[in-house]
Amino acid sequence: MDITIPILILAIPLFMFLFLGLAGVKMSHKLAGTLGTLGMGTVLVLSYYTAFTYYFSGNPLFIDGTDRLQYEVFNVTWLQFTDFLSIKLGFLLDPISAMMLVVIPTISFMVHVYSLGYMHGEKGFQRYYAFLSLFSFSMLGLVVATNIFQMYIFWELVGASSFLLIGFFYTLPSAVAACKKAFIVTRFADLGFLLGILILSFYTKQLDFLPMTQNPQGVFASFGGATFMGASVLTWALVLIFTGGMGKSAMLPLHIWLPDAMEGPTPVSALIHAATMVVAGVYLVARLFPLYMLENAALMFITVVGAVTAFYAAIVACTQIDIKRILAFSTISQIAFMMVSLGVAAHNNEAIHHGLGYMASMFHLFTHAMFKALLFLGAGALIHAVHSNNYTAMGGLRKYMPVTHITFLIGCLAIAGIPPFAGFWSKDEILVACFENHWFWGAWMMMVAAMTAFYMFRMYFLVFWWDNPDYEARVKEAEAHGHHAAMPHDPSFPMLFPLVFLAAVSTVCGLIPFGQLVTFDGSEYIAHLNLPVAGASVAIAVIAIFFARHLYINKNDNPKAMADKVRWLWEAAHHRFYWDEIYLFITRRIIFDGICKPIAWFDRHVIDGTMNGLAYITNQASVAIKGFQSGKVQMYIWWYLIGAVVLGLITAVCIL
Amino acid sequence: MDITLIWYLVPALVMFCCGVYGFLTRRNMIAMLISLELMLNAVDINFVVFNRYLYPGSMEGWMFTLFGIAIAAAETALAIAIIINLFRVSKNIDVRDTTKMKY
Repeated sequence: MDITIPILILAIPLFMFLFLGLAGVKMSHKLAGTLGTLGMGTVLVLSYYTAFTYYFSGNPLFIDGTDRLQYEVFNVTWLQFTDFLSIKLGFLLDPISAMMLVVIPTISFMVHVYSLGYMHGEKGFQRYYAFLSLFSFSMLGLVVATNIFQMYIFWELVGASSFLLIGFFYTLPSAVAACKKAFIVTRFADLGFLLGILILSFYTKQLDFLPMTQNPQGVFASFGGATFMGASVLTWALVLIFTGGMGKSAMLPLHIWLPDAMEGPTPVSALIHAATMVVAGVYLVARLFPLYMLENAALMFITVVGAVTAFYAAIVACTQIDIKRILAFSTISQIAFMMVSLGVAAHNNEAIHHGLGYMASMFHLFTHAMFKALLFLGAGALIHAVHSNNYTAMGGLRKYMPVTHITFLIGCLAIAGIPPFAGFWSKDEILVACFENHWFWGAWMMMVAAMTAFYMFRMYFLVFWWDNPDYEARVKEAEAHGHHAAMPHDPSFPMLFPLVFLAAVSTVCGLIPFGQLVTFDGSEYIAHLNLPVAGASVAIAVIAIFFARHLYINKNDNPKAMADKVRWLWEAAHHRFYWDEIYLFITRRIIFDGICKPIAWFDRHVIDGTMNGLAYITNQASVAIKGFQSGKVQMYIWWYLIGAVVLGLITAVCIL
Repeated sequence: MDITLIWYLVPALVMFCCGVYGFLTRRNMIAMLISLELMLNAVDINFVVFNRYLYPGSMEGWMFTLFGIAIAAAETALAIAIIINLFRVSKNIDVRDTTKMKY
């Protein structure tokens, strides 16, 4: 395969970043936005072409009979450390990277278009587009990485661009705090990732994915059964690598940065904190999945973390007021779904096909990217219209924003798992995979799926139904004065187009025969609709939706009364079970007060004190003897003469 | 009567001590400069004499003497220039009054 197009896919966003970043100040907003969008549009076409060539061309490089192959388009050595350890940069095409080549440019392009409207007239518009390009470059580089170190490099780059975009409104203290928090928490997690990489490469003597994933038994053998603290070193390496994924994908207990990251512009939340960057952790596990398959302990860890996170985030999402926070927790919960799906794909039971969990996870990653981006962009349209993030400022908006209403409803139906929308198909397969592993995980995740339907429709009804007499009064008042009121309204075309497009995709993309395209070993996997599981999940979702409808369709006191009955639980969930407070307690009280302050005291008083003492002594000594420099030349000569004579005498005495 | 090493060293020592005495006691800078020259010449005599009597085959002592004379000439020129400039500024070349260059 020609390497021009893959190189262009990476080079165009990088060039756009540099160009818009350096020359953007001289451009008008319109020109910078158009250039950025056109650049991303080109990348979209090129990566669609690449992905479609990979999937459908039938080229023997990519497919062998029905087995899809992994193919390195190029892989060049960048840094050679030792004979066997070098860092390479390359472009890997395989089922999951080709799938990501569809997801990332699609969402990124939609966000570019959407931002033309949403960010219109914002200060730093050019900078915003430069950062979007940087993020697209980093994310594309991450998914096509041929080795784990390239992935790590781009992993940090997406972290950096996420930091820049969360802190885009850098005059807001909350945005500054949020971007620092996101950066520090994910950096902290990446420490684990780096340790995992070092352990893995220390034993296997290589960093490339293909030799590792195509010969997992060889990797297993290279560890030679080494153990550390009761678990095998391979498990430790894999769990540490997963720690990096936990940070990026906001798994418990490293989830605290994601809700705060909503301080960034809403399109950024749609792109980075819903559709692409936060699934990097899932992608990482999927990329190294053949290794994880060797260690059931590591997969068990992933399953437990995912399941607890999914439940936790779903409960918290039921009590949030800020619609972006609801979506953020929903994202955490859905990513946890993907993690659980990968986790339950362990083959602890020979009877089950472990390819299902893997395929379902990737499928959910794909569909979730589409409908969650749609929901975030819809939320952006609402915020744009109402100028508030809280549903308390909304209500009854279906009359005023019909297109937003319909697209948002499609997004909610998709995430709730109602057929034929996208989420149903992928979530159903995740549930089947869970049930095949153990009924407990199946039941647990089904409960979370029901909660998903509930909190999404709680938000939907609160935003689009639930009366808001404020608006009615405004209309009447305006009519009385004989002019139109400034009512919330549907956004302009650049914002509307992505909504409609993504709504259409969310409606139909569940019908993609994913099992034929993306599987764990490349061979085709025919997924069958498991009717009992599908029926149960749809039924439970519908019940949850009707429950939400009953509670929230019209203004009433029932929700408040219900919350009052379990006030402690509601408060705890509303405060996200006090995770932030716990972190603050640990960092402030224990780490800062207990460790850092004594160290600072030691530094200030002992180390600095020693240095200051030396300087003080030198200073005093020079003040004491400065009288010798009297300016009287003949005195100097006397001292010189005396010194010479004394030295001569000493020499004479010593020699004689 | 043999003229030995000591016949040269004693006058050189006397010259050097006169130079040190003059350098320490004279107030006029020109006189100090002359004393300095006296010391240098004493050293030069020592160089030549030591070379002549101890290492008759070699030339290093003579070369050092020539260097010494050249450097003394250069240094005298510099010192005279400084002294003349000092005189132009303060009309005074008494070394005990020239004490501005102190801490």
